[in-house]
Amino acid sequence: MFRFILRRLLQMVLAFFGTTLIVYALMFAGQGDPIQALAGERPVTAAQRAYLTQKYHLDQTGVGGFFYRYLDYVKNLLQGDLGQSLTGRQIGDILQQAWPVTVRLALIALAVAIVFGVTAGVIAGIRRASIFDNSTLVLTLLVLGIPTIVLAPIAQYFLGVKWQLFPPTAGAQPSLYALLLPGIVLGSLSLATALRLTRTSVAENLRADYVRTARSKGLVKRRIVSVHVLRNSLIPVVTFLGVELGNLMSGAIITEGVFNIPGVGFNLFRGIRTEDGPLVVGIVSVLVVVYLVSNLVVDVLYAVLDPRIRYE
Amino acid sequence: MRVRRLAAWTALPLVVTLGLAACGSGGNGGSSGSAQDAAVSIQISEPQHLVPTNTTETSGSQVLAGLFSPLVDYDAQNKPYEVAAQSVTPSDNNKVWTIKLKDGFTFHNGEKVTSDDYINAWNYGAYAPNGQGASYFFEKIAGYQDLQGDKPKAKTMSGLKKVDDLTFQVALSEPYIDFRSMLGYTAFYPLPKAAFSAPGVLNDSYEQAPIGQGPFKMKGTWQHDSKLDVERYDAYPGEKPKVKDVEFRVYQQLTAAYSDLQSDNLDVLPTIPTENLSTAQSDLGENYQTSPMSSFQFLAFPTFEKDYSKPDVRKAISMAIDRDEITKSIFKGSQQSARSFVSPVLPGYRDNTTGAAGQFNPTEAKKLYQAAGGPSKITISYNGDGGHKDWVDATCNQLKANLGVDCVGSAEPKFADLLTKVEKKQPVGLFRMGWVMDYPSMEDYLGPLYSTNGSSNYYGYSNPEFDRLVKEGAAAPTQAEAIKKYQQAEDILAKDMPVIPLRFGENVYGHSSKVKNVQMDLFQRVNLVKIEAAS
Repeated sequence: MFRFILRRLLQMVLAFFGTTLIVYALMFAGQGDPIQALAGERPVTAAQRAYLTQKYHLDQTGVGGFFYRYLDYVKNLLQGDLGQSLTGRQIGDILQQAWPVTVRLALIALAVAIVFGVTAGVIAGIRRASIFDNSTLVLTLLVLGIPTIVLAPIAQYFLGVKWQLFPPTAGAQPSLYALLLPGIVLGSLSLATALRLTRTSVAENLRADYVRTARSKGLVKRRIVSVHVLRNSLIPVVTFLGVELGNLMSGAIITEGVFNIPGVGFNLFRGIRTEDGPLVVGIVSVLVVVYLVSNLVVDVLYAVLDPRIRYE
Repeated sequence: MRVRRLAAWTALPLVVTLGLAACGSGGNGGSSGSAQDAAVSIQISEPQHLVPTNTTETSGSQVLAGLFSPLVDYDAQNKPYEVAAQSVTPSDNNKVWTIKLKDGFTFHNGEKVTSDDYINAWNYGAYAPNGQGASYFFEKIAGYQDLQGDKPKAKTMSGLKKVDDLTFQVALSEPYIDFRSMLGYTAFYPLPKAAFSAPGVLNDSYEQAPIGQGPFKMKGTWQHDSKLDVERYDAYPGEKPKVKDVEFRVYQQLTAAYSDLQSDNLDVLPTIPTENLSTAQSDLGENYQTSPMSSFQFLAFPTFEKDYSKPDVRKAISMAIDRDEITKSIFKGSQQSARSFVSPVLPGYRDNTTGAAGQFNPTEAKKLYQAAGGPSKITISYNGDGGHKDWVDATCNQLKANLGVDCVGSAEPKFADLLTKVEKKQPVGLFRMGWVMDYPSMEDYLGPLYSTNGSSNYYGYSNPEFDRLVKEGAAAPTQAEAIKKYQQAEDILAKDMPVIPLRFGENVYGHSSKVKNVQMDLFQRVNLVKIEAAS
């Protein structure tokens, strides 16, 4: 197990540098005129253009220029310096501010997905073809069919503005309560998927041989479901949720925008819009780490859920 | 067993972060207490910079308008009057301007405001290696050229001369009648001595909590992406604000701010988002307001292309566009049809300077277009990120119907991409442009937009007669004579039609029921001295 984790950690280092190289190359290739993008529709003076070009090595173009800038970036990265965004702020500072609120939002969304999705999924799996099962089927279909870009403003308008149950926006230092609505909106998609996955998995395992054996041994149904069935049924769900944690953190661009949460999604969006290469690469690098770590946690949890799985 | 314990250790951090997610401070509410101690909140987007000479967008300028007091401000007719200046006196030929400061202004750290603070700030702004975005505002001052280039010859402009602690002289390289108006712009604020760590070197931390000499001072520091708090500066000698605290709250999306405005979580939203324009009037009732502003939207011709080189082709296209229909159906009356080349807010503006070419007349347009041999296919390029698709498509449909040509709208991802293509003279067809003035003068439109070397003349328009008239206007001894020259120049534009004026903008803003007397200026900024809490 220890060697397994060590090996994975070493692979993560390679994966990290590989992805930053790719992201850096993509940003580099897609970069038009970041100075004009920064200025919006105003004309840019020659003096300011010269200043920014020199400061961010924007005159280094072509393949040689790319490696020059990438190596420069990596060199600074190894010293713990993520560089400066085009507006002159330290990217480290930006990330430090953006991450906590995004992590909180993602965890609330994940908690919503686990608590409601898995519970309802188990119930639906046990009572297959009941009214509960059928109604969750329709509901999840509905949720899966509505994109966040529609769901978020609708939820905000009705629950926030019209009935005033929640604050309409969350802001930079939101209370747990203010984050609840965006969290539910963000988590609803994962909730629906988790519910469907759990239901199928539970329904299938209920018909497995070991369950029949357990039942014929005379075990109570409660114990059969909670210990035997649930444990085996959760393996696909855990895989899904582990990957989903990474998704929730990177995919909150719309939700963060609608509820005015200045987290990672917002900064990513801004970075792409203003062609702010260093900012985008910085954020994506951290996202890569999140994905790698959550994958590792998932793999470790497998071993707990299914003792037959061993990593040696 | 070993496996499980390790798993527990790995899972632990996750649990800890889950627990942390539960902590967090509550947001603060809106205004409270008596009217004089009231707090108001105003929507902004994240400012790019908060150094006056580096601030050119609206949000930064809104914040600085609270922290600083300008030398001059503009009255209802948009003529300049003195605020922080006692007097601004030109020499006979408008070449040397003597600025006398009012006594009694202090910076928020207690420093007395002197003429040195203006001179140092302006020199800092003009010095090219500092990379200040508004440095071009100083280019009319003598000696500006010596501060340009990679290794400038000088660090200070020769045109700035201190007379005494409260008086200084500005020598311009050319006479300029509108210099007084220009002084109202953000770039001309002073900087305190505390802002500099060495002569000509700005403290890195200054921007995080700018010290000004205006009616409000910073409370804490700039909380990036979140908010900026300012409070009333009691030693301010000018007109006292009627509220104590102002919170500039950063929103990424206007629609989010609009939701907050509707539920009284936000007090002022300076721009109602386009998505909500159709319902805003009924949502907000009498808290929905409009006021004039200076924005000007137009379609530019690549006049260097053969297809569009004839003025008659350009006029015909202009006549085939029904401006009123588009402002009504697409902009719901939040913009006005434009038939002149400068904004109606300016002294010297005249209605309908485009004459017949600005009037919708499909039959004449078609005749003229065919006689002049206009192209059979028209492209209108625009930037796809600015909500321009609807009106471009509508314009195209009008051209199709009225001129019998093929017309397509072509979106570039960003305005920068559009400009890059135009600068390389790639065939983009007609392209959209916009302009917001920096200070109220006709020259601020005519110079940059239409003169041969204008900073925003991307369409290759050049008419020596026009250039001469604008120059003469700027050098004219009196305002009246200047305006006469400018108007003559505008008449030339009407003949040549290098661009098609489409619409003039308006401030369309809303406020909560907790505030009253909300006024917006021509630069989309809320007047922070006038706003009051509704009791």
